[in-house]
Amino acid sequence: MRFVDEFRDAEKARMLSARIAALCEPGRRYKFMEVCGGHTHTIYKHGLEDYLPETVSLVHGPGCPVCVIPMGRVDDAIAIAEQPDVIMTTFGDMMRVPGGRGSFFDSNAAGADIRMVYSPLDSLKVARQNPDKRVVFMAIGMETTAPSTAMTVLRAAAEGLDNFSIFCNHVTIIPAIKAILDSPDMRLDGFIGPGHVSTVVGCRPYEYVSRDYGKPLVCAGFEPLDILQSVYQLMLQVHEGRCEVENQYSRVVPWNGNAKALRVISEVMELRPYFEWRGLGFISQSALQVREKYAVHDAERIFSVPGVRVADPKACQCGEVLKGVLRPWECKVFGTACTPETPIGTCMVSSEGACAAYYNFGRFTRERVKEATRS
Amino acid sequence: MTTQDLGANIPTRSTQADWAEEAVTEAAKEHRHAGAEHLNREQQVLERIDRARARKARVKEPRITLSHGAGGKATHNLIDAVFLEAFRNPELEQMSDAASLQIGDARLAFTTDSYVVSPLFFPGGDIGELAVNGTVNDLAMAGARPLVISAGFILEEGFPTDDLRRVVASMAAAAKAAGVQIVTGDTKVVQRGKGDGCYINTAGIGVRERPIELNAANARPGDVVLVSGPIGDHGVTVMLARGELDIIADVESDTAPLHELTAALLDAAPNTRLLRDATRGGVATILNEVASASQVAVVVDEDAVPVRPEVRGASELLGIDPLYVACEGRMVAVVPAEEVDAALAALHADPLGAGAAVIGRVVADPPGLVLLKTGFGGTRIVDMLVGDPLPRIC
Repeated sequence: MRFVDEFRDAEKARMLSARIAALCEPGRRYKFMEVCGGHTHTIYKHGLEDYLPETVSLVHGPGCPVCVIPMGRVDDAIAIAEQPDVIMTTFGDMMRVPGGRGSFFDSNAAGADIRMVYSPLDSLKVARQNPDKRVVFMAIGMETTAPSTAMTVLRAAAEGLDNFSIFCNHVTIIPAIKAILDSPDMRLDGFIGPGHVSTVVGCRPYEYVSRDYGKPLVCAGFEPLDILQSVYQLMLQVHEGRCEVENQYSRVVPWNGNAKALRVISEVMELRPYFEWRGLGFISQSALQVREKYAVHDAERIFSVPGVRVADPKACQCGEVLKGVLRPWECKVFGTACTPETPIGTCMVSSEGACAAYYNFGRFTRERVKEATRS
Repeated sequence: MTTQDLGANIPTRSTQADWAEEAVTEAAKEHRHAGAEHLNREQQVLERIDRARARKARVKEPRITLSHGAGGKATHNLIDAVFLEAFRNPELEQMSDAASLQIGDARLAFTTDSYVVSPLFFPGGDIGELAVNGTVNDLAMAGARPLVISAGFILEEGFPTDDLRRVVASMAAAAKAAGVQIVTGDTKVVQRGKGDGCYINTAGIGVRERPIELNAANARPGDVVLVSGPIGDHGVTVMLARGELDIIADVESDTAPLHELTAALLDAAPNTRLLRDATRGGVATILNEVASASQVAVVVDEDAVPVRPEVRGASELLGIDPLYVACEGRMVAVVPAEEVDAALAALHADPLGAGAAVIGRVVADPPGLVLLKTGFGGTRIVDMLVGDPLPRIC
């Protein structure tokens, strides 16, 4: 299939793999974080780690928008959904995310009207078709999806659809990366930058990573060869003693981002003083809220929400997994109390979460699999 | 780590998630395991997970959710913990598509299935054709020749009579094509809003004329895994036919009766271990059932799995894996290596099996797992589906 197969070529992968291996200094270990959950998913789906030398490991970052939604916000969303005449609309991934008292799936089963949509514009359609209902869109995602949410609000405003509002949970990736860099137990040699976020924000916002923290960052695409090439570029930087922001995903990511999309976001949304990320805690200026001007479309202003924080169980070690201190299986509850069917921590929630990806795709010892798959 | 500069801004009201605390306490109790100290840490974790997976199924949810019907883990838990627990008997414990019965001298197969597909009409078929073929196929997978089926209708007040005629006409045509008679039935009508137009239940009886027992527990190391044609056509067709995705692709449902194909296969490969039709949960779910029931590993070669470009394209866009997408006219067969050529030849001789291919093989270790050699050249696990196959969002 065109535009897919050329980025999954096993021959090219072997070539890159050999080049990466050649850059490894004896006795040295390398750890790179792929910030985006989409990368995590690609890595496991295609078995990419089989191409990396044992001394090069990938750490899975906080870039899965579903995973980082704190349980308290899920409870708030459910509280909105359970109010009279409300239709809550959401992306499918959000349905299973557990709050303090259950998920959207559970709330739906208990009688709330929660519908899956594939785009915020579908949610607007629901609002048009149900003028006597209050239709709320559970808006989640990083800068990737924020423009489409903002556009939807603009369209609702233009059409005068006052029965449509968004429950805004959009987060911004830069403060989260900074939080990881500021963490005293951080052990990373560089970052695979989030490609889709970068289509909107560009590469420039990452310059502080190399300038102030001395870590290289390569913005990467989402096909397995993109990621392997990014690892190669990172290894080359480390080997040559360089420390820069590079753009591997130049076929999609403009260096300065998408000005139009950024304008739309800032027309409708502004930074929150702080926001809780599951597993990482409160991070200042790390999320967006609806501006006063669009208050009529802001579910947080329309509905009263409990706003209570729900603490993760102490045994949950998502924070350590996200910082690369622990590998997923090293968490105390991995695969036992915390599984994809009954996720406790953020990383087990979506298929893009590090633990879920590891559990679904990588739960085995390498030697046994090598033996089993030998032709 | 990032809270220091926020000071008094942090909300002070805080609570805990009781369900999560309970799960942690319970797991801690369950997983103290003596005798594992000699293993390295990763192996200890894998052992713990194996035990967690092997523990008795439980349904923790206070209410049924849509994932209980998705054919994946939640469905299995529900069946194990609620239905099997209450109805337990040797036939049901086989958990096959059809029960294999011995009544006097007669060796019979008996099955039932309900159809709630939406939309009722889709490219390549409709609910009526599906209801006949699905039950015919469940009988065929038990190695039986389908004889008679029943048809129960649950209709919603306001459902157009012409639509019902259309559904029934295609049931009649499908029954004729499959050589079965619809010999008994039932009709109920529910109030408007209490159903979704038309639901159909069918049950079927077939006769097992061959002296073989097909069973998911029969796979042995060295066996070969086949599929009878390109996978995922039906699931993708129905998803696209709902019109919610604004994707247009030239695909049709693969719904078809497979009893002649299975008969030809069993003639050619009499030591066939098992047959399963790859409906809800797709090929991946079936292979997991086989790996688990037979305590073997199944190694699948991604490049060898036949998938139409349209289906692959739609799956890529939606972020789903064709291995989990339902088929209604495709089956998985596990045959001993020495019969694989004969089996393939028999499948290829029938138009319904023209796209048949070897997709993998059975090995001894690690038991209970399905492994995939990816087209990219890596390896990964293919687990049972959790939740619905939902499109990803970013």
